[in-house]
Amino acid sequence: MSKRGPSLNPSRRQFLKQGAMLGIAALAREAFVAAEDMVMLPFENGERPLVKYPGKRPLIRQTTRPPQLETPFSVFNEGVITQNDAFFVRYHLMLSPPTSIDPETFRVGNKGKVKSPMEFRLEDLKKLPEIEVVAVNQCSGNSRGFSNPRVQGGQSGNGAMGNAKWKGVRLKDVLEKAGIASDAKQVLFNGLDGPLLPKTPDFIKALDVEQAIDGEVMLAYEMNGEDLPMLNGFPLRLVVPGYYGTYWVKHVNEITLVDESFNGFWMNPAYRIPDNGCGFIEPGTTFKKTIPIGRFNVRSFITSMSDGVKLKQGTPVVVKGIAFDGGYGIREVVLSDDDGQTWRAARLGQDLGKYSFRPWEFSFTPKAAGSFALKVKATNRTGQSQPIESQWNPSGYMRNVIETVKGEVVG
Amino acid sequence: MRIQLASTTLIVVVAFAALLAEAVPVKITLPPETAKLKDGPGSELVKGQCLLCHSADYISTQPRLSMAAWKATVIKMRDKYGAPIVEDKIEALIQYLTANYGSTAGTGAKK
Repeated sequence: MSKRGPSLNPSRRQFLKQGAMLGIAALAREAFVAAEDMVMLPFENGERPLVKYPGKRPLIRQTTRPPQLETPFSVFNEGVITQNDAFFVRYHLMLSPPTSIDPETFRVGNKGKVKSPMEFRLEDLKKLPEIEVVAVNQCSGNSRGFSNPRVQGGQSGNGAMGNAKWKGVRLKDVLEKAGIASDAKQVLFNGLDGPLLPKTPDFIKALDVEQAIDGEVMLAYEMNGEDLPMLNGFPLRLVVPGYYGTYWVKHVNEITLVDESFNGFWMNPAYRIPDNGCGFIEPGTTFKKTIPIGRFNVRSFITSMSDGVKLKQGTPVVVKGIAFDGGYGIREVVLSDDDGQTWRAARLGQDLGKYSFRPWEFSFTPKAAGSFALKVKATNRTGQSQPIESQWNPSGYMRNVIETVKGEVVG
Repeated sequence: MRIQLASTTLIVVVAFAALLAEAVPVKITLPPETAKLKDGPGSELVKGQCLLCHSADYISTQPRLSMAAWKATVIKMRDKYGAPIVEDKIEALIQYLTANYGSTAGTGAKK
């Protein structure tokens, strides 16, 4: 391409150039691997790399194939909405995520116990009435790494959650286009991701028809005003406000109505909790009856400071954080700096709806020098709150203990 | 000159519209897989039997499990996930997993 320089044989020149580029690429890859930033999640064997994925900023890589990426906790102090490039990622099967999807040829089929089976293009869906909701998506196993005793599974810290504004159409409207048969009992959702081996169960989730047509369950094509990122389910995902992420099937392309209670692997035995009203048991004990995991319990977090923070004695500091629940809405957030003996209310911030993170602020003036521990507890509008001691189940689901930030007050 | 500019703009707009109308797949390229199993007796076996369906960090990020827990995991992978694990290799798999990622691995005892 160069007009100057010695007349080197063009093909040879190209060869050299390509060779050099390959060399540089190899070096860059080495450097990339060597320079992986590491984070230490605060539990045994908690070291993880920060890795950049397509459409994402560097996130905590829990696993590579299939990918599980966790949001660094500091992100939750950036705002009540979790940005798309910071939103957590969790896949289950080898053939995921899809690496190429053509939105023009993408179809979602609605079949089974319907009056007339249908296939929808994205543009067909977009002609239905559009709805929006701000809703938290949280992995069933968010915070599993803190389970005591430890349990198997993705060893997440507290970052397998996020809060986004989802835009799409009511599942109800889609189902009614095809017409729900009178004997339909459940709706099954399957996505473009799949297993490698024929005997590995495909990731299929089920909702009762009555929940599927509640007008809130959504087929979403936008997240925070943009197309869904590929790693969060492009071009279409299920949004089940208030429910754990396991139901929020990504890349949904198959909706099937059935006249029974579906018992596929990912509904049973996976993603189940003890059927005892709370979902927790004493470690070392067993339980017989289980139910599918359902709504979030109540959680709250301090986001503006983390363990090891240093505060100045007598100087007020504004502590910030978030709280959320399974969709009743947060009524109250309280904090304690005396190990839970006395609590003071935080000031609740902007209300983006009952499924959203609710921001809060709390003015805190550390009085005595030395170590301090600040606890935060939320209560929802039905009176559900958080336990002072962490609870346990063998799958490490639904952790919602009162969180504590420990630091030091200096004179 | 103005006409030429306008027509150039028009061509660009038409070209852009054509591009939009054309089916353009959304593609991603995933970063390289860097997680590796610890070397040692049985590591090649584990690579062959386990890493077909998942990366090494599915093993290495787990808490230090007892031999019984690793055994239960291997059996679960075979029976629930359909992993084609050969019966007479199970013992060797469990030995490797416990020695390298188990509660006897000496990287911090379970509570």
